[in-house]
Amino acid sequence: MYFDSLTALWHMDGHGFYVWLAYALTFLPVAVMVWLPVRRQREHWRWIAAEQRRADSVQADMTDK
Amino acid sequence: MWTFIHKMGSPPWFFRFSGTVVKWLLPLTLVLLAVGAAWGLLVAPPDFRQGNSYRIIYIHVPAAVVALAGYYVMAFAGAVSLIWRIKMADVTMRAAAPVGAVLTAVALVTGAIWGKPTWGTWWVWDARITSMLILLFLYLGVVALFEAYENKTAAARACAVLSLVGTVNIPIIYKSVDWWYSLHQPASIKFTGESAIDSSMLYPLLLMIAAFYCLFAVTVLLNMRAELVWNHREAGWLQQLVREA
Amino acid sequence: MSSPADMANPLLFFFMVVTLFPLGLGPDPERLSTMAPGVLWVVALLSSLMVSSKLFASDYEDGSLEQLAIAPYPLSVLVLGEVTAHWLATGFLLAVVSPLFGVMLGLPQHGLGVLCYSLLLGTVCLTLIGAMGSALTVSIRRGGLLMSLLIIPLNVPVLIFGTTAVSEAIIGGNPSTWLALLGGLAMGSLALVPLAISAALRVSLDN
Repeated sequence: MYFDSLTALWHMDGHGFYVWLAYALTFLPVAVMVWLPVRRQREHWRWIAAEQRRADSVQADMTDK
Repeated sequence: MWTFIHKMGSPPWFFRFSGTVVKWLLPLTLVLLAVGAAWGLLVAPPDFRQGNSYRIIYIHVPAAVVALAGYYVMAFAGAVSLIWRIKMADVTMRAAAPVGAVLTAVALVTGAIWGKPTWGTWWVWDARITSMLILLFLYLGVVALFEAYENKTAAARACAVLSLVGTVNIPIIYKSVDWWYSLHQPASIKFTGESAIDSSMLYPLLLMIAAFYCLFAVTVLLNMRAELVWNHREAGWLQQLVREA
Repeated sequence: MSSPADMANPLLFFFMVVTLFPLGLGPDPERLSTMAPGVLWVVALLSSLMVSSKLFASDYEDGSLEQLAIAPYPLSVLVLGEVTAHWLATGFLLAVVSPLFGVMLGLPQHGLGVLCYSLLLGTVCLTLIGAMGSALTVSIRRGGLLMSLLIIPLNVPVLIFGTTAVSEAIIGGNPSTWLALLGGLAMGSLALVPLAISAALRVSLDN
């Protein structure tokens, strides 16, 4: 562990702003980039399931009659 | 080998296979990124000349490397789609484009941020940054071309042609920009090419590069899966999978 | 690309934009002559973009492109013919006339010949790549802007080699390596780009 304390880690001998800004501007887009398709797939999945339930209930209505 | 590639062309098979892969690749990616970043930020010693700002290397270089490799992946998928008319290759190409573009942008931004404490300005027209900028334009061109076409099958083929042409050009572009830069700068200060990079700095860098490669792969797979679920929402195999869940 | 007006337009464009630079940067002859190689080449590139966007447009609209595609000859050969005709009317003319504009920007005597040669070779590449861009975007409404976005990155090496050749000639160095590189690019483009153009045309016809 190169740094002695958390404050030292934050300051990085004066370069803290740049280092942490760069890391934030990397990991935030990366996180969004990974999250978006996961969310999209889940939404599509739920949509298919909802369509199935709808189709099933229509089917049930028809057979009841 | 060919049977494997052939199987990958089938949506249900690919969906099942990619699901298994993502299940372990995603956590692995996160772990590698976390360990690599921690190693680079906390454990590795500071650079003699640049101090602590050099730690940006652990995100800038991996992003840049994978962004460039990603273009080749995209172009290769495009070529496969064009030559063998495999639809899955189309999906791969379209999935790779935005990922590559984002990573290129990240490389540019981190490069600019690194430049400020090192050279005093936010932007420097050095060879690597300029080449990255051109790569970004190449990526954006592919994305824009796809959006502009109405017929999406034709769109995929157009993007395949464009990315193939881009692939052939990339080495030429990089080389020419390299020469351009060295002609106009008396002493080219290489951003990252320290010929004798210490192993205490090299290992975390290699780890982060591996992490970014995994990140690219997993994001492309996730993009592909999302698209497949939508494109095949009426298909029997998918309906079956949803019912089972 | 048949009327004299079509041929004059890119030259006129070149002429006027070259005039903009002294107006924008100031008339100091020394500064102008240092910037001359870059300015001339960039303007040539822009002229090339401008004419390329129109290359296949009329053929696409009147259906003659489809005729070309189903003709019994390899499309890439036919394309090469069309592109050559286009180049003679645009890039070639530009290269021939360029020493005049070089003088206007204070380019030294000994740089003028290299300027002309570099543009002769370079415009071959620019026209071919521009044609590919046009082929990819001809079926898109207002594809001109998109076309520029697509091909500007691909034109960067030509720009760099061209301007460096002229700069080297001015300072008394040896431009032949750079001219040779341009020649190599031109040869390579002649061999490979028509294939891409014909592939792109077929894709556009399917849109």
